[in-house]
Amino acid sequence: MSRTLGAHLGLVFVFLYAPILMLMVLSFNSAGLPTVWTGVSLRWYARLLDSPDILKAASNSLIVAVTSAAIATLLGTLLALGVERRRVSAAADALLFAPMIIPDVVLAIALLSFFTLLKFTLGLHSIILAHVVFNIAFVCAVVRARLKNFDWSLLEVSADLGANASTTFLKVTLPLIAPAVLAGALLAFTLSVDEFIIAYFTAGAGQASTTLPMKIYAMIRFGVTPEINAMATIVMFLSFCLVLVSQRLDRNALTGRKS
Amino acid sequence: MKWWKKSAQVALSVAVLVLAGAAQAADKIVISNWDGYMPKDLLERFKADTGIEAELSVHATNEEIMGKVTAGGGKGYDVLFVSSPFAEALNKLGLAAPVDHSKIPNIKNLYPEAMQLQHDPGNTYSVPYTWGTTGICYRSDLVKTEPQSWNDLLAPPEDVKGKETMLSTDRWLMAAALLAMGKSVNATDPETLDAAKAKLIEAKRNLLAYDDTVFYQKLVSGEAVVTHAWDGWCNYGIAENGAIKYVIPKEGSDLWVDTMVITAASENKDAAHKFIDYVLGVDNGKWVVENIMYKTPNKAGMEAIDKSLFEKYPNMAITPAELLKYEQLRDLGEGQKAFSKTVTEILAAK
Amino acid sequence: MALKDRSLLLVLPGFLWLGLFMVLPCAIIFAMAFFERGVYGGIDYGIVTAENFRRAFDPLYLSILLDSARIAFAATVLSILIAYPAAYAISRAKPALQPALLLLVLLPFWSNYLIRTYAWMVLLNREGVINGFLRWLGAIDQPLPMLYNEFAVILGLVYNYCPFVVLAIYAALQRLDPSYAEASRDLGAGATTTFLRITLPLTLPGIAAGAVFVFVLSIGNFITPDLLGGGRLQMVGNLIYDQFLTARDWPFGATLSMILIAVMMALLFLQALATNRAHGGRSHV
Repeated sequence: MSRTLGAHLGLVFVFLYAPILMLMVLSFNSAGLPTVWTGVSLRWYARLLDSPDILKAASNSLIVAVTSAAIATLLGTLLALGVERRRVSAAADALLFAPMIIPDVVLAIALLSFFTLLKFTLGLHSIILAHVVFNIAFVCAVVRARLKNFDWSLLEVSADLGANASTTFLKVTLPLIAPAVLAGALLAFTLSVDEFIIAYFTAGAGQASTTLPMKIYAMIRFGVTPEINAMATIVMFLSFCLVLVSQRLDRNALTGRKS
Repeated sequence: MKWWKKSAQVALSVAVLVLAGAAQAADKIVISNWDGYMPKDLLERFKADTGIEAELSVHATNEEIMGKVTAGGGKGYDVLFVSSPFAEALNKLGLAAPVDHSKIPNIKNLYPEAMQLQHDPGNTYSVPYTWGTTGICYRSDLVKTEPQSWNDLLAPPEDVKGKETMLSTDRWLMAAALLAMGKSVNATDPETLDAAKAKLIEAKRNLLAYDDTVFYQKLVSGEAVVTHAWDGWCNYGIAENGAIKYVIPKEGSDLWVDTMVITAASENKDAAHKFIDYVLGVDNGKWVVENIMYKTPNKAGMEAIDKSLFEKYPNMAITPAELLKYEQLRDLGEGQKAFSKTVTEILAAK
Repeated sequence: MALKDRSLLLVLPGFLWLGLFMVLPCAIIFAMAFFERGVYGGIDYGIVTAENFRRAFDPLYLSILLDSARIAFAATVLSILIAYPAAYAISRAKPALQPALLLLVLLPFWSNYLIRTYAWMVLLNREGVINGFLRWLGAIDQPLPMLYNEFAVILGLVYNYCPFVVLAIYAALQRLDPSYAEASRDLGAGATTTFLRITLPLTLPGIAAGAVFVFVLSIGNFITPDLLGGGRLQMVGNLIYDQFLTARDWPFGATLSMILIAVMMALLFLQALATNRAHGGRSHV
């Protein structure tokens, strides 16, 4: 059983990474076309280093994604805990799914109109506010799925044994739902880092609020140059290193705990 | 030093910095444009020459910047680069500021024809930046007969079927059929729309795909042999493969114009005017042509470029007088709803 | 119970955020459904009317909705089939490896949607990598039409959204006590029965969450149908985008959105009912 499973996982990775390898290869394409190959060149990497606007946009995206994921994970987890503990009305349930269902164009324009009405200055912070909205829904849904199998009597046992609410939460609840919370946080980060339309509408005018997707889509008219492929390749490479490093740290931590 | 003297010094320095910062902040403008549509160093040179700091905000399509400005009132933006029907709509919605020609001496660099554009005669709220036509871009080495008419695109010969693309942006999609029928590109009456719809649904059966952004690459790779294209984009294909040619079909084309508009919400209209003036200079006009292969209504710029460019890219050589023969796309006003529904029907047709 | 009262405090910040930054702004937009588009694209607040709703009940929009639902459903089913075994495999891996594996599943999606889509176009087109490879193998002699059609759209949707399903199912799988499976086998049940009767029902909430993600994200997507579908099919995402941005008819766009949301809510409600029943209600395990 585990060998077929392992093979399936392997195939899934091939499926997921096939286009990524393709775009990495294209980052060395000497032609400026993302769809036709003409020869090897490093010029896009050179151009990337020479494009402070792309690098700034990338760092903006990172700030927005990390912040909105953090806030959404916190609020979404709390929501999930509160909502699963007691029966909620269908209206509250609907509210929790609504951000996923509302078309992003609608949410984008609604928020911009709302901010304009309140004379709220736009900037990177307004994007974060907007991204938290849909991220809360996703985090909440993931954690709720986990909580459906949750043994609530554990909390009562813990209280009976004399633990107060926060100890119960930290020592009993959190460790049990940690994988779901992590999954939710990763999901929120991924959704935010690649989101374009809501970011575009709720961003302030100017480079300080431009995120990477906004920058990339704006290139459509005059050609999405392989600079972006170079950027993506670097991001992949750095993230890969991140995974390796986290593995190292994790293994040490776990060995430490086990002994 | 006595503490109060030190504090006074610090306070003074801070005050100076704040004032300087405030003064600088007063002379800052934000421009919204497509990425790569202006020289990369334009804003730096502009700051060096005028002391005004300009920041570039990018937008992907006309529709998106329109949506943003309509919902947000244009706050935060000073100059917008939008195509003419959108400039027209901005003006009708009260979101565009009047252009004061006395603050734009370089406006004399424009062709006289560019001062008489159909959407804004006299350039009262918009100043043209680039212009051109829409036609057919094709691989002359891969087609048996060279396309001459819009019908060659709408009802192609056997060897082209399944190897052609059309633009899906609503106005240009319909324009192909409207021009083929000899109608105005701004027509919105039901009979005309229905007739155009029928033609376009027929045409859809022969398409490889609708493509607004990478159709010239499909020509280069041979995936497509005939494409519906804007002239400037066709030049990108020509640059990669000399067998690619551009033709304006015999029934005509539309004259598209990309313009610069100052927002009504701008707090630095003077600085915005200075920017437009700078863009209309000879050097920048020349850059547009040489780097993005678009035609500009900047007479001084066009005359300054190397004429060999006209041989490589024949569509650049068209004269303003010829351009003005073609109709411009105008905002459709009341007719927009019926028009949009027709386009949806075409795009949704199986 | 003190813990139950606390739950009100827990949900307050989240609901407040949603109320302020979603309900209120959307209410403003949805109110527009009762007005008409101004001549040049603004809103004409002069007349209150239900005309937009009349316009919305047109076979054209219904067919677009049905097509979108069909494609989104296909993408959902395929995503679950691909994601479930993958999530299962990850949850069975060494605990130290699991976060890394999850990250690896998500990594491709930290690049940009557009360039991933372009990469697929290079892979799938007539003269592309996959066709080239298959021809070299001798498996086919005519190129397969894998691009600018529904197949490509579904592929694109599955590709971009199945990692989210992996995440959702993984999150639910975690709780699975291996002793249940052991007990089942001790009692004589085969591996398939164990899976169908014990494992699957327990992980149903995760599957349901993942399914919702894919379905909802697919139906609102407008880039994949445009690029991978060659613009040949209109999905609900394109339709709503067009109404708000191209036609600049916010009232009509608001109307269509409200109808879409109502339909989706109904589907979600049905899905929640079905999940609860299959899952054995809100029982404690």
